[in-house]
Amino acid sequence: MPVSLEGARRIYEALKACDIRLVSALPETWLVPLLRLVEADQEMRLVQVAREEESIGIAAGAYFAGVPSVHVMQNHGLLAAINPLVSLAMLYKIPVLLLISYRGSWGERDPWQTQGGLVTEPVLRALTIPYYCLRREDDVARRLKEAQALALSALHPVAVLLTREVLWDDEEA
Amino acid sequence: MLRADALREIYPELEQRIVVTIMGAVAAELYALGHRPNFFYMEHSMGLASSLGLGLALALPEQQVIVLDGDGSLLMNLGTLTTLARYRPPNLLHIVFDNSSLVSIGGFPTATASGAKLAEMARAAGMPLVMEAETSAQFRHAVTEALARRVMTTLVAKVEASGPASYRLDLDLLENRFQFKRYLDSLRSFS
Repeated sequence: MPVSLEGARRIYEALKACDIRLVSALPETWLVPLLRLVEADQEMRLVQVAREEESIGIAAGAYFAGVPSVHVMQNHGLLAAINPLVSLAMLYKIPVLLLISYRGSWGERDPWQTQGGLVTEPVLRALTIPYYCLRREDDVARRLKEAQALALSALHPVAVLLTREVLWDDEEA
Repeated sequence: MLRADALREIYPELEQRIVVTIMGAVAAELYALGHRPNFFYMEHSMGLASSLGLGLALALPEQQVIVLDGDGSLLMNLGTLTTLARYRPPNLLHIVFDNSSLVSIGGFPTATASGAKLAEMARAAGMPLVMEAETSAQFRHAVTEALARRVMTTLVAKVEASGPASYRLDLDLLENRFQFKRYLDSLRSFS
């Protein structure tokens, strides 16, 4: 199985350490093992959305209600969620913790992912969303905790980009 | 039925519940009836009021959440019907005022003017309970029933395509946001 189970387990444990209770997600290949772990956890609520925009609305509701949440999507899903990130999360100063699988970057073999890969970081910068590119499994717990802290203090969306190094076991690696 | 009259009919039910509205006429008309700290007027992000309501309802199972949506907004996020129906929090009432028009911007007809049926879409999405109302009396009755039954409900209310004279709320959107958040925090500290 080329999707990294170890990476998924580390992320899941980091979410537990952040006391995450609600996870909204639009599943994709890289994210399946993580979402399976979330689904099996009785203390976490997984909400599978039809479109990533919904996640930003759900994030706002969970935040207002005082329930720590995280919103998991592919980078193409981030592109689909730009408007609510701007006109809900940023307009209303709502912290949103985004976990984004970073497709179309170094090592990508799927041609259809590559344009999204090119624009992901420039879009995040244009949106003034702070992001951290997570490349090492032993860094997961610390960076997720830090991202959550920054989102809550800044009242702003913060993104963690999950790279191939963390979520994928290349056969030759 | 005028939406303003419909809102007046159910205002007593809204007073003590968590209410999320879309922007435009609905927000202005509810605000004019009397603002409360448990009312959040989502002044943008069309289509996401119901998603925000879903997040609230799942996170606060002891509270009843009422979303005041509109046809134009719902048409921008039809997938929400499938998500609401899938997770179906029993404490969520999703009211859709359908005036077949983008009335707040001057009145372009929406797809419900040419035959799209939101109630049927909600049913087909698997919504546990779907109701429809065409008069204020029907509307009031439907709201009372939905709140009493405590099952995820979409209520489509046909209203006239008319809006208030002014859409301005004498309330900064951040003031509304912080007030609403503080209100919800206070619920938790007393529970």
